[in-house]
Amino acid sequence: MKFFEYEAKDLLRRNGISIPIGYGAYNSEEAEGIARGIGKPVVLKSQVLVSGRGKSGGIRVASDATEARRIASDLIGSTIKGHRVDSLLVEEKLEIVEQLYASVTIDRYARKHVVLASTSGGVDIEEIAQTNPDAILRYWVDPDVGFSIADAVSMLSPFSMNDNDRRKFATVISILYKIALEHDAELVEINPLVRTPSGQLIAADARLVADDNALFRNPIFREKSFRRGEDTPREAEARKQNLAYVDLDGDIGIIGNGAGLVMATIDLVQLFGGRPGNFLDIGGGAQVEIIKRGVILVMSKPEVRVILINILGGITRCDIVAQGIIEGLNESSIKKPIAVRLMGTNEEEGVRILHQAGINTYPNMEEAAAEVLKL
Amino acid sequence: MTSIINKDPKVVVQGITGREGTLHTALMLRYGTRIVAGVTPGKGGQQVQNVPVYNRVFEAVNNHNADTSIIFVPAPFTRDAVLNAIDAGIKTVVVITEGIPQKDTIEFIAKANKNGDVTIVGPNTPGFISPPHSVKVGIMPAHVFKPGIVGIASRSGTLTYEIAWHVTNAGLGQSMCVGIGGDPIVGLGFTQLLEMFKDDEATKGVVLIGEIGGNAEELAAGYIKQTNYPKPVVAYIAGRLAPPEKRMGHAGAIVMGNVGTAKSKIDTFTAAGVPVAAKPSDIAKLLNL
Repeated sequence: MKFFEYEAKDLLRRNGISIPIGYGAYNSEEAEGIARGIGKPVVLKSQVLVSGRGKSGGIRVASDATEARRIASDLIGSTIKGHRVDSLLVEEKLEIVEQLYASVTIDRYARKHVVLASTSGGVDIEEIAQTNPDAILRYWVDPDVGFSIADAVSMLSPFSMNDNDRRKFATVISILYKIALEHDAELVEINPLVRTPSGQLIAADARLVADDNALFRNPIFREKSFRRGEDTPREAEARKQNLAYVDLDGDIGIIGNGAGLVMATIDLVQLFGGRPGNFLDIGGGAQVEIIKRGVILVMSKPEVRVILINILGGITRCDIVAQGIIEGLNESSIKKPIAVRLMGTNEEEGVRILHQAGINTYPNMEEAAAEVLKL
Repeated sequence: MTSIINKDPKVVVQGITGREGTLHTALMLRYGTRIVAGVTPGKGGQQVQNVPVYNRVFEAVNNHNADTSIIFVPAPFTRDAVLNAIDAGIKTVVVITEGIPQKDTIEFIAKANKNGDVTIVGPNTPGFISPPHSVKVGIMPAHVFKPGIVGIASRSGTLTYEIAWHVTNAGLGQSMCVGIGGDPIVGLGFTQLLEMFKDDEATKGVVLIGEIGGNAEELAAGYIKQTNYPKPVVAYIAGRLAPPEKRMGHAGAIVMGNVGTAKSKIDTFTAAGVPVAAKPSDIAKLLNL
């Protein structure tokens, strides 16, 4: 789950990392008021969950409150890379001596948390990695040992900076590691971490991605988990209903059991020249209710014209799936053609139920996919 | 290297008294797996499918020489269950549970690595099956598998059954099929399984079933190229149409920036001389066995 910049910064602040003075604004009047309160030039930052906001014009500087109001009215309601801007973060404009980079993320291959630090902050870490790989330090943390300030200081020793600056930088990255552990973060990043003329380190921008699997033990995240900025409206609805759903651009609805099988079904439809309209995995051992809800959800997507359901029964029972499909169809206000592939546990009963309702079934997914393209 | 995965395991089922644990204990027993004990804290002394239940894993190890564990406990408790299994001396831990926090997986994999010879399969895996030995430590439907000559390693569940079914219908059958798990962080990987299949005489060809996310497929391709791998390998990659930064069902199936795209995996396999099947039904043909 991704967090907005203002949410990520709030978590940093509560853990002792300095952030710029600033507040959230939902309209231009609020932005003007905040800028007046700050009383010096401000930065207006669109709160959207896409990278490259700055390059797309989503971050602007205003020299006074009047200008802040004008810029805010431009930004609020505009769209950045397909994401609507609903709010801004209005912050003091920092004086910058140096821009650093710090993050903690999970290295899937090393199976460890990895701490990254750089003295070339302010641009994407991928960009630094390409243009100036030596400017990035990495430290893989042994989970039994952890990552203390002393570990951080020795990690940063290759960077030429005075001891005082190094210790401040080390403190920030050791706090990031603590946040990553305490809150099950997949990524916590400060970029840039700005050094001001007074020598203070301030997190000018921040990103936070929480591990979806750990929301149960992070109550401060859980309440947010049903209204995620990165979800489309239908994805948000699916999440509420406990369905693994992703929107795609096409007109063929796709439902199946098992993430890999659903992805393979989508790929097959595309290979045959069709355009899949969604991903929906009903999971293993699905009951009637979840299948019904899935069918209703996909049926109700206006762009979807036909639906392909691909079930390979193991713990999932074909007769249960068939019942769920029938109930979903009955409760859908708009009915669209369906082709169903059924194979495995209780296949015969499932086929019988669907045939009785006039729905065609196929024993293999390629036949079903070819058939749905003709509907 | 000897086989990483025991072909004659003495299995303890952790979470045996739960709905899934009970169901799959019956199915594994029916397939021929030697299930010697179950564990559910607080339920010691009961029996499930005539299998004795204990409170702690070490009792199952002491009394029955269990060497392999299969875990069905809910995600919040899986970390402790795996650590208990490792402490009790279990050598292969198959973690069926889906939805485990990555931090917990990092911890128990670190522990397994420190203990040297403990293999973690998964998490979020259907387990493994060896049809020639009538051994199934997992949840896969047995009827799609037949004893044979193809080794399968996969990040998926039902897609594995789909492909195994095609391999069975082509008359090839499977020597061993292992789910490595759909999570971002898993224990046993493609490369270790390729090594195992290389040394396994029963295995004449290998199928790798990958998907978007991470770089496990790229590493496997690198290994195949470097070692001039002696057996035919065919790959399949799911998720060609996945949009970036969207999780496609599996926690690990997500493209981040340029990392984890289907294109990168397909290109790397192709460059390593590994044919990548466009659809599941092409795989058996491409193996050319």
